[in-house]
Amino acid sequence: MTTDNSAPKSSSLMVVGGGISGLTTALEAAEVGYEVFLVEKEASLGGRVSQLKHYFPKLCPPTCGLEINYRRLKDNKNIKVFTMSEVQNVTGTAGDYTVTVKTSPRYVNENCTACGDCTKVCDTEISNDFNFGMDRKKAAYLPHNMAFPMRYVMDPAMSTDDRDKVKEACKYDAIDFDMEEKTIDLKVGAVVWNTGWTPYDATKIDNLGFGRYQNIVTNMMLERMASLNGPSEGKIVRPSDDKAPETIAFAQCAGSRDENHLPYCSYICCMASLKHATYLRSQYPDAKIYIYYIDLRTPGRKYENFYANLKKDENIFFVKGKVAEVSEEPGSGNINLVAEDTITGEKVRQTVDMLVLATGMQPTCAIDKPNADLNYNADGFIVNDFKKGGMFAAGCANKPADVVTSNQNATGMALKAIQTLVRRG
Amino acid sequence: MDKKYGVYICTGCGIGDTLDMEDLVDVPDEEGINCTTHPFLCSKEGVELIQKDVDDEKVNAMAICACSRRVNFDVFNFNGCIIERVNLREGVVWPHSRETYPKLEEDQKDDEEHFDPIQMKAEDYIKMGMIRIQKVNLPEPYKTESFSKKILVLGGGVTGMSAALDAAKVGFEVTIVEKQDKLGGYAANMRSQMPVAEPFEELRAPVVNDLIAEVESFSNIDVKTATEVARIAGQPGEFTVTFKKPGEKIPFDVPFPLPEEMLVDENGKELNVEDAHAKYLEYNEGREDILQLDPDGELYGAVILAAGWRPAKIEGEEYAHLGIGLSDVVTNDEFEKIAAKGKIIRPSDGKEAKDVVFIQSPGKDEDDADFEYCGSVTSQVALKQARYVREDYSDGKAYIIYQHMKTPGLQEYFYKSMQQEDGVFMTKGAVTQVAQQGNGLAVTATNTLLGENLAIKADMVVVAGGMVPVTADDPVINLAYRQGPGFRDNDIFGQYADSNYICFPYETQRTGIYAAGAVRRAMTIEESMEDATGAALKAIQCIESANRGMSVHPRSGDMTYPDFFFQRCTQCKRCTVECPFGALDDDEKGTPTANPTRCRRCGTCMGACPERIISFADYTIDSIGSQVKAVGVPSEDDYDEPPFRFLALICENDAFPALDMVGMNRIDYSPNVRFIPIRCLGSFNVIWIKDALAQGMDGVILIGCKHGDDYQCHFMKGSELAEIRVKKIGDALSSLALEEERVAFAEVAIDEYDKLPGIINAFVEEVEDLGPNPFKGF
Repeated sequence: MTTDNSAPKSSSLMVVGGGISGLTTALEAAEVGYEVFLVEKEASLGGRVSQLKHYFPKLCPPTCGLEINYRRLKDNKNIKVFTMSEVQNVTGTAGDYTVTVKTSPRYVNENCTACGDCTKVCDTEISNDFNFGMDRKKAAYLPHNMAFPMRYVMDPAMSTDDRDKVKEACKYDAIDFDMEEKTIDLKVGAVVWNTGWTPYDATKIDNLGFGRYQNIVTNMMLERMASLNGPSEGKIVRPSDDKAPETIAFAQCAGSRDENHLPYCSYICCMASLKHATYLRSQYPDAKIYIYYIDLRTPGRKYENFYANLKKDENIFFVKGKVAEVSEEPGSGNINLVAEDTITGEKVRQTVDMLVLATGMQPTCAIDKPNADLNYNADGFIVNDFKKGGMFAAGCANKPADVVTSNQNATGMALKAIQTLVRRG
Repeated sequence: MDKKYGVYICTGCGIGDTLDMEDLVDVPDEEGINCTTHPFLCSKEGVELIQKDVDDEKVNAMAICACSRRVNFDVFNFNGCIIERVNLREGVVWPHSRETYPKLEEDQKDDEEHFDPIQMKAEDYIKMGMIRIQKVNLPEPYKTESFSKKILVLGGGVTGMSAALDAAKVGFEVTIVEKQDKLGGYAANMRSQMPVAEPFEELRAPVVNDLIAEVESFSNIDVKTATEVARIAGQPGEFTVTFKKPGEKIPFDVPFPLPEEMLVDENGKELNVEDAHAKYLEYNEGREDILQLDPDGELYGAVILAAGWRPAKIEGEEYAHLGIGLSDVVTNDEFEKIAAKGKIIRPSDGKEAKDVVFIQSPGKDEDDADFEYCGSVTSQVALKQARYVREDYSDGKAYIIYQHMKTPGLQEYFYKSMQQEDGVFMTKGAVTQVAQQGNGLAVTATNTLLGENLAIKADMVVVAGGMVPVTADDPVINLAYRQGPGFRDNDIFGQYADSNYICFPYETQRTGIYAAGAVRRAMTIEESMEDATGAALKAIQCIESANRGMSVHPRSGDMTYPDFFFQRCTQCKRCTVECPFGALDDDEKGTPTANPTRCRRCGTCMGACPERIISFADYTIDSIGSQVKAVGVPSEDDYDEPPFRFLALICENDAFPALDMVGMNRIDYSPNVRFIPIRCLGSFNVIWIKDALAQGMDGVILIGCKHGDDYQCHFMKGSELAEIRVKKIGDALSSLALEEERVAFAEVAIDEYDKLPGIINAFVEEVEDLGPNPFKGF
């Protein structure tokens, strides 16, 4: 579709982060008619949700919405996408910012046809971050099979030998190891930070044994295991022995609602674990699933209904109590856990095949603070100052939220950004 | 447009290695169409080669036979040209390898025994691409006759005012319509608001007065209080709106469609058009038909529905144990009103209410759900109202008995601060009874954190009633649409005017009308205001898109729209009935009026039309039908045992990307199936199936999105309607002595690329077992 999308005003805006919320802000603004620069640090757009098998409560694949968004992006000339790029610096004031964007070399140019011949000849393997290191991938790789842009990446860790081999294998002269890091200054009127969230580092929760015992995994790892394009092709198995788990426990609020870690509620983990129970149930009709919780937060009619349906499952047990201690059963790799049932006041001891930590979300901007004049709360979420305008946070850069809320918020922040541009004009 | 055709074939990415290029080039050659091959068509040189042909005016309608149209979209983009992407890579050479389908030896060629299924598929695809560029045209954008950029906001509460302000700040003119005689909505009657910023400790004064003052300071916001919308007619960009005083009866009150039971006569027979219309007029006596535009109506471009909620009524046997009949047992709404007036006093005798119990969940020990329509708001309201008790009485005590304390996200800090508050006691528990005891109330609960059974003496009990969307009682938006005045399918959302989509929370079945705030979900004031901003953006975007003659989501930017060849219309109304967006209105005879800016361009009307009179510039019955007819169907005249031929009509949004993924993963499936991506399965017309079977194809499968309450169809109803059409085609098939199994319907999600080859192969095998189509070769 060739279209005339001439913007009613001359200013542009920048969206930092190409996950579902950043895509939303960028597209919603561009479809009004504004020019948008979309900056994503990974090699593909899609962000956190591209790692999910299903969304709750519909149990539909996130790639479905991403695909539509990519199509909207393809049809809209107002958006310029920068992948493998990060904002280095923002100077100026509302309506008149200069943003320095650094782009790391992909070592693959626009000649790439995504034919995959480079992967075939590359022997160097690197840890697969997309799968939280549960498997390894070739150093010549496509980020994942729904990657956008559909273009390969050469990891700098690739051996010299392999570099020669992949160059040789590429019929299209698409691989170029002479590529260098680039920086560019962009003038924009407003910046929206959609930098998203990072799973809380479970190794910091000492009493929950993550990293010490193989059969303790995080909720996001389970998500990757359940995904067809994950490390086990969609099969949820115990990491220690690839055994089908018969009893699985979920420790809710792993790190969240905890003064020593994340004092706030991470919003999504209750629903995520309920969703994970559906993954397990579809693979293991008889598995026993125990969910240890403080409060089950299933806000709203749709989430309540989802929970109500799971309650009908006689092999899903909800225990009000926080998991306090874990240990490994010698020999079996099973996990012993101790929790206090806060209703009965009794200590519960249980041995399970696998323990899933429902770790929460930390704003990525708290871990990797943007070099820009922003206000943060004590947890590192960006606080919006609508009076000042100019820069805004949307989605989980602003507060813990589910995808629906993030997208509502991301849509609204597109308008707040436009208000800054119009005020200037 | 004087079309000049060209075909470009890329030989890279395995295409040239797998396929016989000479034979492939013969396909356009035989049609006298210029064909160019290139080893790397998406390279700079390849694209320049095409661009030169375009610049030299040698070509303006081209088939680019290379990779899937999902890639290199920006590369193969030539202004003013019709472009068809023939998917030889993901669609042919990637899934089907020469290891599985060896090349024919020289002596096997033309021996009437051997054939090359991959080559056949590639040649068919090129033929199908060539015919499509002949059949389609470039779109001309649709322009409405009149156009308004004004935004109408229904509801003058915090949501409506926030939406109005956000739109006004970018220069849009806005009208707020409020039923009450002043702005403010529910929030105007509150004592305080929950804290929304760090440290989440102090309640704040309601923001509503500031909002009212700000609204009044904007000259581009017009406020109509004590006013309702009688009807909204027309379409985005030119909605004609009739206002009225609340309760007034006027000719432009919106008419309602006849309920289904009135569409049949006393014998259960469907009424004919005239009788149905007469009955409709009688049913809506005193009201003008939807097509009668109010000459005094005001013109608007888009609408924001921010009509809010009403407190749930807590009544009936199921709540009897909560003492709801007792005068000192009140709802949270009633409690708020008491608190807003001054110190909290008991309704029964006006005495100070110092000990107050807040009950969040009514289900005794059997159910841990909160009251209906609560969301997480009522947990937070209980915390706020517990604070009122402490504000009013230094010795006051508030008890909150909950099943799950719902303070998600940063609201957790408010909960934490209340946990520190003296005189506030909170416990998980199941309330078993509330009863009058002397001058006060006795509350008993079980399974609490404070011991098994709990008994509390209280002055007052507050039950946490939910927030019922006003759309549960009334359509509110009063659309003068043939399909009816309200949003459709609100029953799957508990009557909330909500969206089914997680990714696209503002998408509903009514283009240009965006809901925000508590009308679509129980929301706090802060959440509602945030939602309002998003709805304002969508309203602005819809106006701008309509003004450019473009579709809104999900086919954003599409400039095509349905065109009707009315001479052949039989007034069957299928298009009006089936359109998921209510875009069409028929007149008293049943002739449809298209409202192109309401339209989302899914093509469901085109699929529904038995007379095949509806088309889009680049998508017509003929364009797809001709592609079907371009498929070569070998018969016994060609081969001793000719290969079967199948047609797959496949949803381009989800199933087609999944099929691409099958190709990328080099997973094989029957090469005898020809896939045609279509806009939505809802746009499939049964004639295509008849065309396919009539020319000897052995079976047709439709592959689309999941439907049902959690539908994944981007056009809401498309795949569901397609399945209904497929089921109905059975009779027609048996009249031709063809088995029903030759036409199948399958659902697939975009990530189910592992299942897709199995679905295709199972269908192919089932039909092969039936044997070839007896019409083959005729």
